[in-house]
Amino acid sequence: MNLRSIPFSAWIGIIGIAVALLCALFAPVLAPFGEREVVGEIWLPAGGDFLLGTDNLGRDLLSRLIYGARTTIFVALAATVLSFALGMILSFTAAVTGGFVDQFFSRFNDLMMAVPTLIFALVVLAVLPQHLWILVLVMAVLDSTRVFRIGRAVALDVAVMEFVEAARLRGEGNVWIIFREILPNTLSPLLAEFGLRFAFSILFLSTLSFLGLGIQPPAADWGGMVKDNKDGIIFGISAALIPGAAIAALAICVNLVVDWLMKRTSSLKGGRGDA
Amino acid sequence: MPELLSVKNLKIEATSYPPGEPPKVVTLVEDVSFDLQKGKVLGLIGESGAGKSTIGLSALAYGRGGCRITGGEVLLNGRDILKLGRGGINSVRGRHVCYVAQSAAAAFNPAHKLGDQVIEASLRHGIMNRDEATKRALYLFRVLGLPNPETFGDRYPHQVSGGQLQRAMTAMALCPNPELIVFDEPTTALDVTTQIDVLAAIKHAIEETDTAALYITHDLAVVAQISDDIMVLRHGKTVEYGTTKQVIEAPREEYTRALVSVRQAKRDEAPDQTDTLLKIEHVHAGYANGFKVLHDVSMHLPKGQTLAIVGESGSGKSTLARVITGLLPPSEGRITFEGKELPKALKGRTNDELRRIQMIYQMADTAMNPRQTVREIVGRPLSFYFGMHGAKKTERVKELLDQIEMGTRFLDRYPAELSGGQKQRVAIARALAAKPELILCDEPTSALDPLVAEGILNLLLKLQEETAVSYVFITHDIAIVRAIADSVAVMHRGRLVRFGPKSKVLSPPFDDYTDLLLKSVPEMEIGWLEKVLKTRRMESAGN
Repeated sequence: MNLRSIPFSAWIGIIGIAVALLCALFAPVLAPFGEREVVGEIWLPAGGDFLLGTDNLGRDLLSRLIYGARTTIFVALAATVLSFALGMILSFTAAVTGGFVDQFFSRFNDLMMAVPTLIFALVVLAVLPQHLWILVLVMAVLDSTRVFRIGRAVALDVAVMEFVEAARLRGEGNVWIIFREILPNTLSPLLAEFGLRFAFSILFLSTLSFLGLGIQPPAADWGGMVKDNKDGIIFGISAALIPGAAIAALAICVNLVVDWLMKRTSSLKGGRGDA
Repeated sequence: MPELLSVKNLKIEATSYPPGEPPKVVTLVEDVSFDLQKGKVLGLIGESGAGKSTIGLSALAYGRGGCRITGGEVLLNGRDILKLGRGGINSVRGRHVCYVAQSAAAAFNPAHKLGDQVIEASLRHGIMNRDEATKRALYLFRVLGLPNPETFGDRYPHQVSGGQLQRAMTAMALCPNPELIVFDEPTTALDVTTQIDVLAAIKHAIEETDTAALYITHDLAVVAQISDDIMVLRHGKTVEYGTTKQVIEAPREEYTRALVSVRQAKRDEAPDQTDTLLKIEHVHAGYANGFKVLHDVSMHLPKGQTLAIVGESGSGKSTLARVITGLLPPSEGRITFEGKELPKALKGRTNDELRRIQMIYQMADTAMNPRQTVREIVGRPLSFYFGMHGAKKTERVKELLDQIEMGTRFLDRYPAELSGGQKQRVAIARALAAKPELILCDEPTSALDPLVAEGILNLLLKLQEETAVSYVFITHDIAIVRAIADSVAVMHRGRLVRFGPKSKVLSPPFDDYTDLLLKSVPEMEIGWLEKVLKTRRMESAGN
């Protein structure tokens, strides 16, 4: 792979993600003010000392946006990666093993999906102590039910192919079959799903924050910032739109990169067509 | 007599997009010209990639998957159909020219009744009203010899057999009373005993309705039965164009001669057939839903020799291979390998037992992981069974590639970058890498062009000489059996019909089924079809 072969759209995505990650990593250095520092009047317009204005409590919006990148990206990414790891391993095992294991996992998955995600999350989070890792875990487990569905479907398609049969005839174990034979052939649809799920994770996190069970104030996160400033919209103050735009931009960037990866993995060379 | 279809200097191009390179324009067909008169049949012959289907579709002014007709003329009744607009061409397709696809099962809409699909074009074009069209469909079902023609149209595609479906598709093409039909390999996917019936039906129907036809196939023997003229194509260019008699009996070009005289691979039967490697005794097997496929099958294979299992689809020959590999444990009976009984199920076998029996599949495309390179595909059995790695493994992979007559430059290619024949060779190398004593070959050549298949057969014979490996060779092709087998097992509907040394099985007196099977193999002889239909003793079943 060389840098020249990366298309323009993917570059936009890569740069966008890089900027967001830099903000997350070096938040204390980059941010002009502190995360929780009240620095001026409420809802000051953009410009002057405050590049993006101030929020509903008079905190600098830019600084909060930069700090918010930390929690938002970390939680959403961790939850998505975890949900994929969990969902894929379980679904591939179900598809490869079949029989009772498949039935058990699938029916359990149906059971989980039967309860509305948000209500499930609210109940569980209300009962459990409020730690960040518990939040991540709950989001991951709930999301993994969706991954399981797709993972099982695509893996079943591949598991009946003759090269998988050939591997079984050779005496290969399930681990080899899952990771070396099936996984590489199911990457394209799963990557597409990953891009989507990441965006959903950010939104889900925002929803939870909005309902008071996500990131706890005064810590900043993008979804929470939308909620804090939503009342301003009535008065023509655009503060709520800025973190909203940040969420949209990051979701688009992730999807641009995923689109490019998908094209790469489904290209003719070593690919299975447009699967 | 005026020409019905006249193709002049046809040129067809497509754009390909190789990864990492700028798009290229590829010429698929160049400078092809032919004429076809009313009521005549022209056979287009060639291997895959010869452009025969592309040319056939040009008679409908259609370019498949990005193909563009960039030069020449296609005159239908003196009118250049390439110059017609979208509306103009739509009034030609399905009215003057119809098309019969290779895979009728994929070409019919499974959600509609056959009868409705057969008369659809006639209704759409306003040629007939529903009553007339239904009447004509009924007439065609009769001409094509379909069972219960009155109710045949009420069935759905999945309710009839492959041979019947192919005939229904012919009826669909004939229904609007077209002047020309393009047959694109209509019998290729069928069993030999079915093929002969479909062929006879098509021939009869063409004669009866006085329709002209382009008959596309890769099987010269088939086209010899049906066409008046033959055009041999290679790499999109005309190799030879003449009357059927001339092309079959006195081919002018080298390539045509190779096609006519293909199957030189030949081996005499081993005289001594006593040293048994594999023994199958009274095996019964079936699937979990209670459907029983194999009934009391017994046969054996001597060491270093080839056992050919012949039969049509549904005869249970592939199921027998699955039983031998352990993928489908038999319900009764036993399988002995080198004097030791093999555990019935795959899970019960040791890695060494697995290593000794390897398998080659019909479709090399799906038998290899598309995301592994040749090096990984061939190298895996080496590290799995023998723990090889690093330079030693690479060395052995190179050796194997040499053995299958492919160079080391293929090491880092993916299956998608190989041709069909090369893929099958890599699959053979993968089997060889395990140093097996027995290789199960499940129709390894039936998806390949005749000349490529010939190369694979020769390779298998050479490898048998070098390594003394035994083959169980599953095929439906009697010619291959004649060429390479030592002993032969004929299977029909899950039962063993006949088993023994080749010389005995393939010589009279025959039982009825073997007689039918042997007689159904098309021969490169004009008038063979009529002769066979007169002399055979048994009707092929259900078709």
